[in-house]
Amino acid sequence: MVAMSKIATGNGHGENSPYFDGWKAYETNPFHPTERPEGVIQMGLAENQLCFNLIKNWLIKHPEASLCTPQGVNKFKETALFQDYHGMPEFRQAVAKFMGKVRGDRVKFDPDRIVMSGGATGAHEMVAFCLADPGEAFLVPTPYYPGFDRDLKWRTGVELVPVNCESYNNFKITRNALEAAYVKAQEANLRVKGLLITNPSNPLGTILDRDTLKSMVRFINDKNIHLIGDEIYAATVFMEPEFLSISEIIEEEDVECNRDLIHIVYSLSKDMGFPGFRVGIVYSYNDSVVSCARKMSSFGLVSSQTQHLIASMLSDDEFVDNFLTESKVLLFKRHKYFTWSLSQVGIGCLKGNSGLFIWMDLRKLLKEKTFAAEMELWRVIINEVKLNVSPGCSFHCEEPGWFRVCFANMDDHTMKVALLRIRTFVLKNNEAMVPLKLCRPSSLKLSLSRSLSRRMDDFMSPGIMSPHSPLPQSPLVRART
Amino acid sequence: MGLLSRKVTCNSHGQDSSYFLGWQEYEKNPYHEVNNPQGIIQMGLAENQLSFDLPESWLAKNADAAGFKRDGQSIFKELALFQDYHGLPAFKKALVDFMAEIRGNKVTFDPNHIVLTAGATSANETLMFCLAEQGDAFLLPTPYYPGFDRDLKWRTGVEIVPIQCTSSNRFQITAPALEEAYQQAQRKNLRVKGVLVTNPSNPLGTTMRRDELDLLINFITDKEIHLISDEIYSGTVFSSPGFVSIMEVLKDRSLEQTPVWERVHIVYSLSKDLGLPGFRVGAIYSNDPIVVAAATKMSSFGLVSSQTQYLLSAMLSDKKFTKEYMAKNHKRLQKQQSKLVSGLEKAGIGCLESNAGLFCWVDMRHLLSSNTFEAEMELWKRIVYDVKLNISPGSSCHCSEPGWFRVCFANISEDTLKVAMQRLKSFVDSVAINNQSHQELKNSRKKFRTKWVFRLSFQSFHDREQDER
Repeated sequence: MVAMSKIATGNGHGENSPYFDGWKAYETNPFHPTERPEGVIQMGLAENQLCFNLIKNWLIKHPEASLCTPQGVNKFKETALFQDYHGMPEFRQAVAKFMGKVRGDRVKFDPDRIVMSGGATGAHEMVAFCLADPGEAFLVPTPYYPGFDRDLKWRTGVELVPVNCESYNNFKITRNALEAAYVKAQEANLRVKGLLITNPSNPLGTILDRDTLKSMVRFINDKNIHLIGDEIYAATVFMEPEFLSISEIIEEEDVECNRDLIHIVYSLSKDMGFPGFRVGIVYSYNDSVVSCARKMSSFGLVSSQTQHLIASMLSDDEFVDNFLTESKVLLFKRHKYFTWSLSQVGIGCLKGNSGLFIWMDLRKLLKEKTFAAEMELWRVIINEVKLNVSPGCSFHCEEPGWFRVCFANMDDHTMKVALLRIRTFVLKNNEAMVPLKLCRPSSLKLSLSRSLSRRMDDFMSPGIMSPHSPLPQSPLVRART
Repeated sequence: MGLLSRKVTCNSHGQDSSYFLGWQEYEKNPYHEVNNPQGIIQMGLAENQLSFDLPESWLAKNADAAGFKRDGQSIFKELALFQDYHGLPAFKKALVDFMAEIRGNKVTFDPNHIVLTAGATSANETLMFCLAEQGDAFLLPTPYYPGFDRDLKWRTGVEIVPIQCTSSNRFQITAPALEEAYQQAQRKNLRVKGVLVTNPSNPLGTTMRRDELDLLINFITDKEIHLISDEIYSGTVFSSPGFVSIMEVLKDRSLEQTPVWERVHIVYSLSKDLGLPGFRVGAIYSNDPIVVAAATKMSSFGLVSSQTQYLLSAMLSDKKFTKEYMAKNHKRLQKQQSKLVSGLEKAGIGCLESNAGLFCWVDMRHLLSSNTFEAEMELWKRIVYDVKLNISPGSSCHCSEPGWFRVCFANISEDTLKVAMQRLKSFVDSVAINNQSHQELKNSRKKFRTKWVFRLSFQSFHDREQDER
């Protein structure tokens, strides 16, 4: 009996990773405020659910953006027929403009370099197919998004070689680490074709500084390898320092760079909260790659119905400007409350300013400094605390004890329930660090009472923030007053 | 050593094929009734543009489903977040019901066995990744859709070995042809993993007969290989004989509990039947749960947009709509096809008798200067540049005999079709006048005309021919 392919029967899809196990636990018993208040709260899903009201209001005011309304149906036929893999010009122009705005209009993107893909998932696979042959490799700094193992390796036959980053210097990507990874690849007889970075980082929630970016650009030029910048979280930078894109770095005077090596992967799944619409983008400075990727995009074009909607929405400058600002404020508030609440029970996290998650430090709660202990702790968090968080090992983190916890995919109530559960667990286990000095005189209990809610709102208002607060303040928040 | 992958520098994407060059010429000079009446008429695009009024009026009457609402409540957020590769359950149910309806409800499909993909392009590639390795091969009957070279081979490394079909028996698949293709693959050291057929056929426009389907099942049983049936045109069967799906034959032969049942897979899409290629709605249907599981995971690389799934689940769940659509669409396709056939006939050109698809397989062998593919290319260029019709030469479909062309009819209006046929007739007439042996040509045309009188429903053809004489 003839077998299926090795690709189909192997584990390259990566779904046996613990990253997905937690999801399964959630799916069998999902939290619901009234129907299943003891269910598992999903904190393993990096989704941005904070801005839907803004979008809904825009949709109500713009019925022509949908093909299905009386105002939009006259575009139905031409849209339904449009399968040109170049993509709708108005779609590409709107996306290029949006990408520019996300970078403070410090750079301009050329709509003719915009290539569509089936989400960032499809984009990454497509870039791997374009840049590498089976058996070749990309370097990827750890910790990294678990999906890369599937997206970059599974059907392409490309390998990933980790660039080890550690907590002692906040997981900074050093030139030494890059060189070490390169050597390791060579020793394994793997030809390195590129370096893949995610900036802002998933799972760290941090951005790369100018020096690191420049160092990387020098590195890839020295080795004549590609640099792929996954900037899927670019618009989620809610606090200083400001986001710095590869597209900006290569324009700087003192940077020498072969543009043919530079490629950006983007998507609307995180910045706008539209993962269901499958809007992935490959933006390459290399003409051959653009041309080839465009042909490959046939395997994952963006639905023309969606292109039409997005073109309409992202061409509205006023909406986009407002959205980008609002989104950052909401993310900032959510992040601040979350990290502050955790600190109250002695749980720290990596200082971050972006993304939809925090990189939580539970090293002190491990029985021993091993990944087995991390897994044990993780199972407790899922089964007893009933939170689905993602263990660091699933991100190929070098050190046990780190967990990625998402905060933007739930409403305020659910977040409070989650924080209460964490607090209860930590206090019960008596293993918490001594709580940090409170910035408010009254002791705050994480209860669900209205008074707490009110106090939370007070807390979030800049006027009451103590100058001695351990928490950084967003310039955006200051600007509103 | 290259900076980029070999895939970039090779041309397995197939876009240097003449199939695409004709499109490029069209794009430079597209016909428009008013603005560019001397432009090139696009007859190389298998699109169904005849029935848009039907979904448009459905949309007008069903604002709720269309406008991100369910029962008046906005479900935008729910849709925007929905990225589950299992697909929207309501959509999968509606889709399999629609597929069953197309097959006269003689077979039913299980929504849990369907995998949604970004178009049939993605479905076909995904099946290759699931069923074959680099260096394996699939057998395909010629002529076949040029896009298969890209979809099946490019990124997968799988090879295609042709099953040669000829006009001697209307391009049907024969047992010797299957066996010869299998042997040829073995001689090339390629492991054959399966057969892929398109039924109804692109470019032939014909449905496969039951005995052909039986032959295929016997062959894949004997060789223990897979069968992929791309049934993307199943909803375009506008006249008899009706469509017989591979699933129906398996069922009729009571093969559900046998190993071959799990080696048959169907590819489908809404691009041709409903005329929605822009929405990228494709599907794989397999009886093998392992294939379903693997393909489902792979579909992450090309999911169907949730807003599109939602819109179409509402539309396809409306059985009144689907019934009306199928009936009207078939009628319009049949009408337009017969206009093409009679227009060709007036120009002394015959075509393969067809009952499906959005095109005809046209015989222009008698217009070739020699029985070669070079002569076919020569003729094709004249038709594109002088006659100003973009049609697809048979060589781009890997046809084994020169002189055949695929001519699409469903993407243009009746008036445009008339203009195209007039141009063609003028061209053929001028060829006749210029050709020294034009008398010989006329005689051979008569011979061909007689040859083209097929048994089924050609009474009207007979009548017309007699009138002309």
